[in-house]
Amino acid sequence: MHINIVEEDRVSQAVEGASGPTRRGAHLTLRGLTKRYGDRTVLDAVNLKIAPGEFVAVVGRSGCGKSTLLRAIAGLERPDAGQVKVGGGGHAPEVRMMFQDARLLPWKTVLQNVALGIKGGAARARAALDSVGLAGRAGDWPAVLSGGQRQRVALARALVHEPQLLLLDEPLGALDALTRIEMQRLIASLWTRHGFTAVLVTHDVQEAVVLADRILLVEEGRLALDLEVGLARPRARGGVDVGSLEQKVLDRVLDMRHNAAGNKENRAA
Amino acid sequence: MAAHPASRPLAAWLAPLAPWALPVLLVVVWQAAAHTGLLSSRILPEPWAVAAAFWNLALSGELWTHLKVSLWRALAGFGVGAGLGLLLGLLNGSSRRAATLLDTTLQMIRNIPALALIPLVILWFGIDEAAKLFLLSVGVFFPMYLNTFHGIRAVDPALVEMARSYGLSGWSLYRDVILPGALPSILVGVRFSLGLVWVLLIVAETISAQAGIGYMTMNAREFLQTDVVLVGVLLYALLGKAADVSARGLERHFLRWNPAYR
Repeated sequence: MHINIVEEDRVSQAVEGASGPTRRGAHLTLRGLTKRYGDRTVLDAVNLKIAPGEFVAVVGRSGCGKSTLLRAIAGLERPDAGQVKVGGGGHAPEVRMMFQDARLLPWKTVLQNVALGIKGGAARARAALDSVGLAGRAGDWPAVLSGGQRQRVALARALVHEPQLLLLDEPLGALDALTRIEMQRLIASLWTRHGFTAVLVTHDVQEAVVLADRILLVEEGRLALDLEVGLARPRARGGVDVGSLEQKVLDRVLDMRHNAAGNKENRAA
Repeated sequence: MAAHPASRPLAAWLAPLAPWALPVLLVVVWQAAAHTGLLSSRILPEPWAVAAAFWNLALSGELWTHLKVSLWRALAGFGVGAGLGLLLGLLNGSSRRAATLLDTTLQMIRNIPALALIPLVILWFGIDEAAKLFLLSVGVFFPMYLNTFHGIRAVDPALVEMARSYGLSGWSLYRDVILPGALPSILVGVRFSLGLVWVLLIVAETISAQAGIGYMTMNAREFLQTDVVLVGVLLYALLGKAADVSARGLERHFLRWNPAYR
């Protein structure tokens, strides 16, 4: 992978924090968002505000509703109550999503996949492919790529539309540990460069701490935790800051297991 | 372990000939049996006689006339039957309403063997070309219809969801996601139909024809020209094989993105 880490340093120093109104990021507002499946309430009147350009991670146990939350934002699920508002500084914002599996069309070449949905944008597609380090594979079929490479193509496909809001639904879950680390660096550098708002759903707490400005925990359909990360970028994976924050969030995420009997007093700790 | 360089170059050119070893052996045995009189020429003429009959028919132009007529019938039957099968398969696969209206009726018709319809067909269409076209079309329709229908229904919904979220809808969704996704199944239908059309043609051509390979074969039977009968049978086999090869060629081209079809 040809991600220039030095470039990442320089760029991140130039960007002061990740907030502040920017035309490149959309702001996102959820009001009373509720989603039920049968008699199971997956999302219970969720209220949330995300500023333009923020990188937000959503963590939680599997089945807690974090994917449903993301899909509701994307418009792939219709909420039973409440509303989702995505605003992009005047014009309708571009929202793009990355799924857990790359979902590339197997009958189109890599370049054609990246160019999906844009009219006459072969040059832009090539540029996007180049930014994820796969410029040489433009003419290949997806079947010959590895899982990590396919996800990189999916990332290029999402970015070629220059989205103001990028939704990531556990995109790195199926990858091996090393590829995951490289992909995290790639996503971080592209986010720094483009400045879109990002919402990442992940079960990997370390990933959330390394990438995000803000960590949300979904528990029993509600947002049980809303934590500012506030660490300087780039973040050292083995560093004390990252490690202690990761431990704190992990403890909180796993908290309910120790209280299986329903003892809710430990929740506030 | 000693190397055997002599055997390796032999194996390389032997490989493509291997599938033909058995048929060639059979022909040799057949020729020997006929020549030594073990096999009566009325039951099965020797291969040489068949080749000679083939040559004579080709020279006199009869072969081409019959071949042309049969080929035309097969293409017309395939065109109408498979074409309709494709259209209805696409329609019923894509639209739930259409499927509800039409599918049950089609399934009922499907279970009537095409060849059992021959008496009815003769009553309706006479013994002319229309009867043969009808039989061929009906027979070829169903494999195409079923495979197209299934292909459309079996398109990966995850891909459709992704494409929708990327702004594809209506015709662009159909062209870029649904049709290519259904194509492997549709091509199975094509292969099936192309093979079936020859089987049905043989029977259709026995319903009183004036030309065609079936007519040539039946005529030869009347005159006990078993070598010409065999020429007819061989022609059917060769044409069927040619159809299958072209269907496989289509698969190899349209499905070249799939490593299973290389």
